[in-house]
Amino acid sequence: MRRRLIDIARVLRSKNAGPFAITLDVILPTRECFEEVASQLTPEVVARAYRLDPGAVLGIVQYPVLNALKINIRRSVPAGEPGDTDVYGAQQHVPLGMIEVEVENC
Amino acid sequence: MEVRVLSPTAILGYGFPMESLKRGLGWEPDVIGVDAGSTDPGPYYLGEGIPFVEDSNVERDLYYLLRASLEHGIPLVISSAGGSGARPHVERFLRILGRVAEKMPRRPRVAVIWSDVDSDWLLSKIKSGAQVEPLEPGLGPLTEEAIRGSSRMVAQLGVEPFIEALKTNADVVVGGRAVDVAPFAALPIARGADRGLALHMAKILECGAIAAEPGSGSDGMLGILRGTEFEVRPLNPARKATIVSVAEHSLYERTDPYREYLPGGYVDLSAVEYEEAGDSVIVRGARWVPLDRYMVKIEGVRLAGYRVVTIAGARDPDFISRLDDILGEAEERARRTYPDGGYEVYTRVYGRDAILGPSEPEGKPCHEVCILIEVVADTPSKAKGVASLLRASLLHAGWPGRKTTAGNVAFPLSPSDLYAGRAYRWSVWHLVELSDPLEIGAPVSWEWGEEP
Repeated sequence: MRRRLIDIARVLRSKNAGPFAITLDVILPTRECFEEVASQLTPEVVARAYRLDPGAVLGIVQYPVLNALKINIRRSVPAGEPGDTDVYGAQQHVPLGMIEVEVENC
Repeated sequence: MEVRVLSPTAILGYGFPMESLKRGLGWEPDVIGVDAGSTDPGPYYLGEGIPFVEDSNVERDLYYLLRASLEHGIPLVISSAGGSGARPHVERFLRILGRVAEKMPRRPRVAVIWSDVDSDWLLSKIKSGAQVEPLEPGLGPLTEEAIRGSSRMVAQLGVEPFIEALKTNADVVVGGRAVDVAPFAALPIARGADRGLALHMAKILECGAIAAEPGSGSDGMLGILRGTEFEVRPLNPARKATIVSVAEHSLYERTDPYREYLPGGYVDLSAVEYEEAGDSVIVRGARWVPLDRYMVKIEGVRLAGYRVVTIAGARDPDFISRLDDILGEAEERARRTYPDGGYEVYTRVYGRDAILGPSEPEGKPCHEVCILIEVVADTPSKAKGVASLLRASLLHAGWPGRKTTAGNVAFPLSPSDLYAGRAYRWSVWHLVELSDPLEIGAPVSWEWGEEP
């Protein structure tokens, strides 16, 4: 079944990780669901959702203790500099939440 | 051996319930630690030398914490005083501390850790071959131009100056810019606790009760370190520490949940285990891995210019559908009027894509939008000039078939252009090797009567 991450995640959030990067956390309800999502959420998928150059996705870290995935992306404008739109990076999660994945166990 | 560390709040000035402090003190902590700073609010505060938390809020928190520290005979340790932790921030903090100290039964003994970085010192350091690493590729190597062009620089100091300051028997340690964990880890490490565990406990405590359920930045936690494990416990009985709340915190505001880099090494968190015990969580498994070099991060900012902000609203559908063209024409007019440049314009359209910009997945604007125009120029007068030109162009722009010939936008405010002072950018965000952990920040005792 195709479902959006926002509809299956227990937590889906964004925040600064220093002034030059945004870190996005997705916490999934179960290990099975985490494994299904982790296999599909690649840097390319994230780059497409944000319309970013794939190089701007700095990495995806798995944190199975919490059934969590951490996605780090480079900021186009460092936090708090002229032209920034989100000083704390707290509203950058929405395109991630709209990514659709094929899951059976979420 | 057991060491107890009280963290009353996430940031000095964010407040805490008095009941929580009282309960925490009842558990007989050995030290009160509190972080007072962050770079999250942006480069402005380091550049201007001002705090991002109001003095009155800091003074209130400090009054109760200093009283608790003197009554219980335990040190109060503060890091990143004044927010950014540079000299003007620390001096401002010392003035607040001076006012608070007058209300105490005795004047506290104070040790100060200055973290300012002098440009000549840094340049000679680099020339003498100290290792330098950029933490942000976009900033490039640490050049003389970047150093000389910085309005102000600080070093984010490690735990070592705080350990040293505690040896002086100070009642209060006032730290300049430092790693967030410093005020919480210094005393346990000074008493011989395992460094990896002390730093991991400090990392959980430094955000107050954010690692509890429900979380809060305006409430506290207690950490108890004993042998090969530590326990974290919220001060407020309305909160609980749970495996999920504590583990979730290890994802918070960082890119790597497995490694916490600090001057001199990193904390390896890959084998951490959690266990719930009542309202507490017991944590084991963090390991300190020392590295060959002792590197500190230098933070520096440079002036970007002078800023004016204009806020306009639009409701007319025809205007909204043509907005990008109209903004483009307005900017073109500014370019003709100021052909030599020396200014930048940043426009956000709220109700369309102001927050996500090109990453916005929804294409269509709302029925009404807010247009926020930011102008940053090399002089205040140019910033005001460009903003007023853009404002007038937006209000009176015409197009074929326009029916709204009296005006296009609704300004909510008069004056409509708001002068916002100086704007800054990060100029230095590099690791620099120190020959000794106390090369910057060797603690000095503060003599009362010297208040800045």
